[in-house]
Amino acid sequence: MKNASLIPVVLVGFLLFYASIDFPEWGDPQSPASTADVSSHFIAKTGVDTEVPNMVTAVLADYRGFDTMLETVVVFIAGMAVLAILRNFSRKKPVKRGHEVSVEPDLIVTNTVRLVVPVIQIFSFYVLAHGHVSPGGGFQGGVLMGASFILIALSWDLERALTRFSINRCMVVAALGILLYAGIGVLSMALGGEFLDYAELEKVLPVSREMARYHAMLGVEIGVGFTVTAIMFALYANLSSRGRLEGGL
Amino acid sequence: MGLEIINTLILLLLVVAALVALRVKDLITASVVFGVYSFLMCLLWAEMGAVDVAFTEATVGAGISTVVLVATIFNLKRKSSD
Amino acid sequence: MFEDVSIFLNELFLERLNYVIYVVLLLIGLHAMIAKNNFIKKLIGMSIFQTAIILFYVSIGVKEGATIPIYLPEHDPHGEQAYATGGPEALTVEQVTSYANPLPHVLMLTAIVVGVATLGLALALCQKIYQGYGTVEEDELMAKLEKEDASSRKPKTHPAGKSSSKPEVSSRARRSGTNSVGKTTAPQAKKSSGTRKTKAPVKKATRKSDQKKGDSK
Repeated sequence: MKNASLIPVVLVGFLLFYASIDFPEWGDPQSPASTADVSSHFIAKTGVDTEVPNMVTAVLADYRGFDTMLETVVVFIAGMAVLAILRNFSRKKPVKRGHEVSVEPDLIVTNTVRLVVPVIQIFSFYVLAHGHVSPGGGFQGGVLMGASFILIALSWDLERALTRFSINRCMVVAALGILLYAGIGVLSMALGGEFLDYAELEKVLPVSREMARYHAMLGVEIGVGFTVTAIMFALYANLSSRGRLEGGL
Repeated sequence: MGLEIINTLILLLLVVAALVALRVKDLITASVVFGVYSFLMCLLWAEMGAVDVAFTEATVGAGISTVVLVATIFNLKRKSSD
Repeated sequence: MFEDVSIFLNELFLERLNYVIYVVLLLIGLHAMIAKNNFIKKLIGMSIFQTAIILFYVSIGVKEGATIPIYLPEHDPHGEQAYATGGPEALTVEQVTSYANPLPHVLMLTAIVVGVATLGLALALCQKIYQGYGTVEEDELMAKLEKEDASSRKPKTHPAGKSSSKPEVSSRARRSGTNSVGKTTAPQAKKSSGTRKTKAPVKKATRKSDQKKGDSK
């Protein structure tokens, strides 16, 4: 019965194939997508308006900053929802499954992780701050930082990672990230511009209008990094321990 | 010309990885092959010139997605019926 | 006639291979979401679907012979040429065509992050289903739900109804320790809407016995 679903799937496939004949050739420099006015404006004017060499970061944090703020809110809501679904405050010991064994942390693994985790965290700061000039930015740096905490949780146990970054602190940091982002927007509104119009920040910072946009982009990326770090670690902590925050992978 | 060959090769490997990830009965194997699929996508986008997208997919797709899948399967049954 | 077909195939496969593969991956993901039995396989199918869409958008923005969307040293706003001319200046139309299109990359960054948030939430729901019903296979789950529906739709014969629901309720209580209190109220609430007077002492007795069963574990 379920294999009868192959029929509409194949039908959709034929329709999409038929539509893709009309597309311009892949990689054509004269295709309508590549010569659009919006993209040409972004490529041509990013250096003049914002003095940021990485066009993708400039479009993400400045020209389309509203989308990025709402996307950060979506990540935050997903983290809250996972917490609300899974969090289990009972004091009873959970039933041990057949394949669970309690192991001692391995000597080689723990000592290697001790050396590697500070390097990972410094690298994540670098990716965040250097996102203006090289590929990177807020999301990538935030996920790297969250991954370093997950590495601590994997090689020792979850309690050790939670003593460094407890769930309450996770939630506070995540909320702080969104507050930072929206706060920069409200600040530029209070100084006379529109919401998220970073050029108005030249009235408080001693820089020119373009460099004000440059520095406000860094602040905004830090906000995004905070939220993404906290939510990635909270997601792992709740999923691996079924909400009890002890035991787990 | 060399780039086009790599492009074609990675695209064909993508389809193979997607089919394998959905056919194996062991869920941990499926998660690992899904990590391979994510990493192949990251290589494809880096070859096409989308370096930011490739960086994000490498950390989020091949990193967080795989770990979170394995952590969930740890609490469920490892063997699926199809 | 055969030339037409060969031109058609040439256009489809050689010049637009990215689009063909994206359609194939989309169909694989869609079929997996519909036809697979296990929930985790469905979620892997959902993820394959999402990455196929991202592949499509990024392929649209590719320009042949163009470099990555970061300024080269001669156009760099903080480079030496900019200092020589007193400030960065806007690019001409020919220089614009030598850079890849940054707009699809920006949109797809958001899409990837939202995709992983959705995956995390869906996996949390899978765990909760497993805690409640003991299975993540779709056919076993539908069978259990239909059995529960059928047993809760018999309000008159409550001795038989009670005995058929007691092992189900207590087996669920065994699996998820303290959720037993929360879970027993749900089928009780369904039945209590039917006959109210004679149910109250029976309800308290079953809840106490369930708690005893849960405690003795």
